[in-house]
Amino acid sequence: MRPSASQSSPKSCDQTMRLAGPLTFAIAVFLSLASLAQSQEKPLLEIVNSFSDVRDFAQTEEIVAELGATGDPAVVPVLRALSEGDLHVRKSDNQVFIVSGRGKTLMIMDPLSGEMVGEEAKRALSKIRVNNGLRRLIRDTIGGLALASPDPAARLRAARTLIANPDASSLPAIEAALEKEADADVADGMMRARAAAILVSDRPDAEKSEAITAVAEIGTQDALSLLLGFRGQAEGDLREQVDRAIARVERVQSYWSMAQNVWYGLSLGSVLLLAAIGLAITFGVMGVINMAHGEMVMIGAYVTFVVQEVIRLNAPWLFDWSLAMALPLAFLVAGAVGYALERGVIRFLYGRPLETLLATWGVSLILQQAVRTIFGPTNREVGSPSWMSGAFEIGQLTITWNRLYIVLFALAVFALLLFVLNRTSFGLQMRAVTQNRRMAAAMGIRTPRVDAMTFALGSGVAGLAGVALSQIDNVSPNLGQGYIIDSFMVVVFGGVGNLWGTFVGALTLGIANKFLEPYAGAVLGKIFVLVFIILFIQKRPRGLFALKGRAAEA
Amino acid sequence: MISGYLARNGLESRIIATIVLILAAGIAVPVSNLVLDPLHPLHVPTYIVALLGKYLTYALLALALDLVWGFCGILSLGHGAFFALGGYAMGMYLMRQIGTRGVYGDPVMPDFMVFLNWKELPWYWYGFDQFWFAIVMVALVPGVIAFVFGWFAFRSRVTGVYLSIITQAMTYALMLAFFRNDMGFGGNNGLTDFKDILGFDVQADTTRAGLFAASAAALAIGVIVTARITGSHFGKLMIASRDGESRARFLGYRPEMVKLFAFTVSAVMAGVAGALYVPQVGIINPGEFAPANSIEVVVWTAVGGRGTIIGPIIGALLVNGGKSWFTGVLPEYWLFALGGLFVFVTLFLPKGIVGTFQAHIGRGREKRKANRAEDAQTPSGAEVSPVGAE
Repeated sequence: MRPSASQSSPKSCDQTMRLAGPLTFAIAVFLSLASLAQSQEKPLLEIVNSFSDVRDFAQTEEIVAELGATGDPAVVPVLRALSEGDLHVRKSDNQVFIVSGRGKTLMIMDPLSGEMVGEEAKRALSKIRVNNGLRRLIRDTIGGLALASPDPAARLRAARTLIANPDASSLPAIEAALEKEADADVADGMMRARAAAILVSDRPDAEKSEAITAVAEIGTQDALSLLLGFRGQAEGDLREQVDRAIARVERVQSYWSMAQNVWYGLSLGSVLLLAAIGLAITFGVMGVINMAHGEMVMIGAYVTFVVQEVIRLNAPWLFDWSLAMALPLAFLVAGAVGYALERGVIRFLYGRPLETLLATWGVSLILQQAVRTIFGPTNREVGSPSWMSGAFEIGQLTITWNRLYIVLFALAVFALLLFVLNRTSFGLQMRAVTQNRRMAAAMGIRTPRVDAMTFALGSGVAGLAGVALSQIDNVSPNLGQGYIIDSFMVVVFGGVGNLWGTFVGALTLGIANKFLEPYAGAVLGKIFVLVFIILFIQKRPRGLFALKGRAAEA
Repeated sequence: MISGYLARNGLESRIIATIVLILAAGIAVPVSNLVLDPLHPLHVPTYIVALLGKYLTYALLALALDLVWGFCGILSLGHGAFFALGGYAMGMYLMRQIGTRGVYGDPVMPDFMVFLNWKELPWYWYGFDQFWFAIVMVALVPGVIAFVFGWFAFRSRVTGVYLSIITQAMTYALMLAFFRNDMGFGGNNGLTDFKDILGFDVQADTTRAGLFAASAAALAIGVIVTARITGSHFGKLMIASRDGESRARFLGYRPEMVKLFAFTVSAVMAGVAGALYVPQVGIINPGEFAPANSIEVVVWTAVGGRGTIIGPIIGALLVNGGKSWFTGVLPEYWLFALGGLFVFVTLFLPKGIVGTFQAHIGRGREKRKANRAEDAQTPSGAEVSPVGAE
């Protein structure tokens, strides 16, 4: 579904032909013969070579139009090269080539097959010049040509481009393509492109009326601006119809923008969840106020940075696996720091939550300064693996892969943690110790060890969060500071000692934040959320999902 | 003379000595700066006067926090907000005093408003051209905010770490709000470029000396107020709500009202400290609201000894003196030192320097006075264990 995935080039066509069986080969030959027949009397190469004696832009324009009229997808690379300024004429024999490279010698390629021909001195070539008007024409022509592309996805994309930039002159091309179209989805897209083009053409009102309905069904921002543009010149019944169509599109738009807000909210909520979930263990389950929690997240992010540096220097081909390798390491490193923190400081302070808060704040200052001393105070570059870049669309929603992976990752970490707490013996011991320490000890549980392991688990999960957050935030010594207050808000809002509370709290706050943003702006929205939480705690001092019964008294 | 008056009012000799010491410094330092020759060995340079004056306002802030944390068990992580609000109230007065001397020369509006193309002064800036009005606001704004905040928080029995966290959220929200240009408080840059206060040039040696003396006087008054409150019947109620809130409630008292009163008084003290701080450093910006600042105040109090009156003053002076020295000599390591201090004090000096010292002396004294039972009821909080604040 990624837009860049399926661009058909002549070269890849070649490869498929070589790989596929004889039957495919026969069909391919037939197809190329058919396209040759389509290009009437002049062979393609001759038209391309006629670029060599253009005098002005008007002549270039004519040749581009002629190439477009052939309807052969093979001319697309030529046109693209022309638009980019890569189409050159060899002065010695007036042959046209696509060039690449820099400096004094350039590589030259056959314009149609794209095969390497050789090298040529830059002086021996002259560039075919284009201006912006020509570039626009080329773009439209390529759009029209793509309608005849053998790849259905490319045809659909071409139809969509035509919806975004409707042009009355492309109407015959669309209709011709529509007649031949076999794929239902693509035909649908072309119908819409046709409707968009009709609105800007001088076709009779009856056709326009149909077109309005068709465009209204598209429901995108492009369709809306097209209809709004058309509204100015519409009269009588048509005017009424357009107004109705605009209202309809606006309604659809508002649904999609709501969906967009929900998605952004989920995305923010999952970031909050990741940051807060470790805290839900150390603060929520153990009751330890760990102000150094943000620094555990930061440590996770720096572990990612170090892993990527090592990979970059020693094994660059493993880069796509860097995050997978960083995850266990970040868990172990942050967990080890957490273990040391619990053994070294926190265990002396159980039952004194306010002192714990101060001591861990001190530790957070030390960790920050340590990282600053080792890695420097500036942001460090953490790259994204290729499978995390890019985006895809659902309807009118654009979803970036990295955000989607972070949402999934947050859910996975949450599920794993639930499993550990509820289904393993370690989780059972953990819950036993937090509910009744003395009774647990009497049952033979080594409570100090459970304390240390629980704290290490919470810190390790913070380290995992750091790996994910390194993908969307600046990796700097202050990384953790930005999350610590938000994390506490989530845990307190959701209810201490309850992982589900943290889950609901994080997603609610994330979505609330994103819904407030359009009305109040990002900063004011955040202030509202903070004020809301402060007021909420007055009402329910133990959070959304408060523990009941004896456990709540502890 | 002063000590005689204070003694009649039932203050301990230690407190009286502290007040006399503060007032003596408040007179001696400015005099030495203004009267003595610059080459004289006892001469205090002007920059030191400004620095010490800043420390005194910090000491007052730490004392304000001690009143709620040490004596009442409320760990506020948002006292920097009250300090900054008092500072902004003073800063607004100082901005209005600039008048036509600003870059844009507007007689009424501060430079940043002209720069933002504002047409008229926002209503909440009215009245700040009057010194008395600004002084009233310095006390009123933090006081009212603390009262409203405390009213809700204490009545719903939000206690312990929950309260700490929402006070932190409060100062964080205020910081975000004051960073916005639309708020009309100068946004990112805050308020600065002050020219004069009550007609005196803020840069002049005499003004700085005067501000130092005023800070010392404010701190002395703060000590008296704290001592009177904590030494009274009400002070016992504060300690009771700290050490056993439920028990105090069952005995028929209303701990939430006790806490509310202490919190409000403390916020006013913090506001006054902020108001004295701003003219001495010449700027107030939203950074003062940063949660980290408020937590730093907590460590001053903890180092000196919470639940004592002298402790926070000593803590503020020591930690800030250390900070100035460290950032001059080893700027890289200041955060290591501060962080280490946090850990060290909480682990090994839970009562702070003064608290530990007093406990040491107290033990010896108690042996001698073992027969006298009523001695156990000394009103000073130092004898009551500050640990176990629920």
